[in-house]
Amino acid sequence: MTLGPPWKMESPRSAFGKALVELGKRNPDVVVVGADTTESIKTVDFGKAFPERLFQVGIAEPNMMSIAAGLAAAGKIAFAATYSVFGSAHTYNVIRQNVAYTKLNVKIFCSHAGLTVGPDGATHQVNEDIGLMRGLPGMTVLVPADAPEAGKCVDAAAQLQGPVYCRFSRTNVPTVTLPDDPFVVGKARVMRDGSDLALVGCGIMVAKCLEAADILAKEGVQARVIDLSTVKPLDVATLDKAARETGGIVTAEEHTVVHGIGAAVASAVAENHPVPMAFVGVQDVFGESGEAEELLRKYGLTSDRIVEASHRVLTMRGR
Amino acid sequence: MSEVTEEQIANLRKQATILRRHIIRMTHNVQSGHPGGSMSACDIVTALYFHVLRVDPANPTWPERDRFVLSKGHACPVWYAALAERGFFPVEELMTFRKLDSRLQGHPEIGTTPGVENAAGAEGQGLSFSVGLALASRIDHKAWRVYTIMGDGEQDVGQTWEAAMAGAKFGLDNLTAFVDRNGIQQEGRTEDIMPLEPLAEKWRAFNWHVLSIDGHDFRQILSAIEEAQRTKGRPTVIIARTVKGKGVSFMENKIKYHGAATSDEELRLALAELEVPP
Repeated sequence: MTLGPPWKMESPRSAFGKALVELGKRNPDVVVVGADTTESIKTVDFGKAFPERLFQVGIAEPNMMSIAAGLAAAGKIAFAATYSVFGSAHTYNVIRQNVAYTKLNVKIFCSHAGLTVGPDGATHQVNEDIGLMRGLPGMTVLVPADAPEAGKCVDAAAQLQGPVYCRFSRTNVPTVTLPDDPFVVGKARVMRDGSDLALVGCGIMVAKCLEAADILAKEGVQARVIDLSTVKPLDVATLDKAARETGGIVTAEEHTVVHGIGAAVASAVAENHPVPMAFVGVQDVFGESGEAEELLRKYGLTSDRIVEASHRVLTMRGR
Repeated sequence: MSEVTEEQIANLRKQATILRRHIIRMTHNVQSGHPGGSMSACDIVTALYFHVLRVDPANPTWPERDRFVLSKGHACPVWYAALAERGFFPVEELMTFRKLDSRLQGHPEIGTTPGVENAAGAEGQGLSFSVGLALASRIDHKAWRVYTIMGDGEQDVGQTWEAAMAGAKFGLDNLTAFVDRNGIQQEGRTEDIMPLEPLAEKWRAFNWHVLSIDGHDFRQILSAIEEAQRTKGRPTVIIARTVKGKGVSFMENKIKYHGAATSDEELRLALAELEVPP
């Protein structure tokens, strides 16, 4: 069964918070470190259920990361959770030295990623975190497409040995997957089949890719849609297959195109089976205040832009 | 206070001299590394590894072991020397320090060197890491304790004080931190680069139990650790006055030897001064 518009809108951070409580019930080694954002990113419920396993450290994100690493070094599965801008850019070298270099079981879960933070403006709209994190050796990078996937990321991260970075939006996002749909780290999921070109998206842009595929279908273009919920390790096999079978790829991300999923997909495809590509995302600029949908329109993160990019790719390969 | 015999103190002095000889040789061998701060921390590290820490060299990841965290990662020559002399790995391996394919990296790496508990190099992260360890020991109702050595240069780092607040908030009486107060950082005297004094008052204001000692006097080091172990409800910081380059006359208190190895001639002179007592 495939879901489609009008979308049911759900909150990834609520799904994250719920999954964390369930995980906490099953596994006494799960601990959480918070940095004065526990209410808004929904780790507060974990703290209510397990007060002795949530550590509030205040506005001190470097401290949060290193404390989580210390807990993990003593055998805990330590979730460090806050807003993406603080859980990536603000703490990058602490993550690098205490989390990535150590290969410890620290799970960095961040809400409020990308433009859709909205009115808070550019200081809070981190569009660089995916690139920063995928550059760290050994870091698993997850970008759930919707609320159900955000919940599944919690369990998947806990089962995985080593550090994980997972980012999602503050806003409610279209639910594009079903609770029973499979979710495997390192596996990109084909959401819709097609052989004329492939649309590869992550996060909220998966829904936009599905919408774009509907528009393209009316033009007689059958687009394959791929949910790239794991950015690292990249599912090169699925991408390679898409390149060979469709001959053109458009990527879409709520992130800068400088070093996000487009760049990751391009380098994988270029090595195996180069095909024309186009990149939908934030074009090397900072965002600004505005409502989420207004910002997505202004910065070109829409299904229409994915359709335009698809036309360019089809033209490049002579169709 | 438990009795420490003259013989035990003499043995610690001997061990410290052996470690200092290793530090000088290791850094001379690769003409890099940080001898000055390794030698200032040497007596504290010796007291910990040869008198205090419950560790098992044959089983470096024994879950019940005490944890030692070297926040001032550049001083790892003294850590590697202590680990080797305690039997965590062969003493001969010390001469691979900082060389290609070595288990003894230029700054500490977890999982590579038997006995190394933390990654450090970027300053000011070790106390936070120690807070995490101490919290884990506490929630699991374990007896193992955490001992951390910070440099005084690390007192410049904001994260150190984030950790100080957290250690006090959580009342971590299983955490003991040393400040290796040698008064010198990479580019000069700490009080010129970024004044730290009154340092003890700062830590008191952060609600830590604060002790000030001579960091080269084994009786004072051991007695301070005992007092820290007896202190309930808050962590202890031991501000240890030390001498950078301690043990080699021409290296003592010299800014140069923060990050410079000895020449061939200096090596000979240094080793002559560092005579191991019988």
